[in-house]
Amino acid sequence: MNDSMNTDWELFEVFLRAKNGLNHKHVGSVHAADTTMAIGVARDLYTRRNEGESIWVIASKDITASDPDNSDALFEPAKDKIYRHPTFYEITKEVKNM
Amino acid sequence: MAKAENNKYSKTIQSAVAEYALRLGDNSLILGQRLGEWTGHSAAVEIDMALSNMALDLIGQAQHFLGLAGEMEGKHRDADALAFTRDAHEFRNFWLVEQANGDFARTIARQFLFSTWQKPMLGELANSTNETLAAVAEKAVKEVSYHQSYARDWMLRLGGGTEESHHRLQRALDDLWGYTGEMFAGNGVDDMLVAEGISVDPAALESGWTIEVDAVLAEAGLTKPAVERMTSGGLKGHHSEHLGHLLAEMQFLQRAYPGLEW
Repeated sequence: MNDSMNTDWELFEVFLRAKNGLNHKHVGSVHAADTTMAIGVARDLYTRRNEGESIWVIASKDITASDPDNSDALFEPAKDKIYRHPTFYEITKEVKNM
Repeated sequence: MAKAENNKYSKTIQSAVAEYALRLGDNSLILGQRLGEWTGHSAAVEIDMALSNMALDLIGQAQHFLGLAGEMEGKHRDADALAFTRDAHEFRNFWLVEQANGDFARTIARQFLFSTWQKPMLGELANSTNETLAAVAEKAVKEVSYHQSYARDWMLRLGGGTEESHHRLQRALDDLWGYTGEMFAGNGVDDMLVAEGISVDPAALESGWTIEVDAVLAEAGLTKPAVERMTSGGLKGHHSEHLGHLLAEMQFLQRAYPGLEW
């Protein structure tokens, strides 16, 4: 692969929806000159085996990610709040399916 | 499907269909093989994938068209036998598709000129009275619509890109233009099959092709080449020196080890 070319091309994140009613899922990333090309490239790379019927692309630089150094503050407090999970509660027999 | 149809045609029509299917199959096969040569050599993995996807589409089409050609000629040759054991003079593809890949601009120009012909041709062929041709065309036209828009997109990008990309694309167009006339010329086979509603009249495709090509050249800022004489010969099995080399590589295994399978 030619490095100079790939520094010219931007990185895009690719999201696919497998079928109507499901949500788009992140499947990977591609290099492309713009969003139009990114859609084409994503089609070529990620839908060869009938994996999707809708593609979203977004420039990777436009994604704001949480800071890994902040993980403790962001995620640690949720770890012992087991009562936030539905499985914490007992369901009476009368309620068969929930 | 095709087997039953075999019986309904006269011998003359049957061999004309075989000849016509051979042309369609050979165009797809040879261009597919050419595009396959890019695998592992493209400037970016994204382009590598795009070109090999197209190659596979084209080879898939070839398999169907050559399969029909084999049935119609009735010499017990299947698609593989036709692809791997014929010599250059028995191939009926256009000169355009056998031309060497050259640089990416040349590959794109060749693809654009061909796909812009192939897409409306298949669109028409989907109405063929021959069920096999119609069915294959209906599936293939979707593949080729993508090839055409891919090539068109790159024509605009390279034509309107850097001085270097523009220059390379213009040079490629100038070199390949003389092979485009062949796509709109037919012979007795066409006259016979068009009358039967089996095939697409090649001459009728020219005006639509010219409109689309002119529009893209104008948008890309490219100059339409002026060629005094078009080169052709594919219909008669006359080819450029490039085809022999391509076949030597493509057919090597079956020639060296006939009937080999894996």
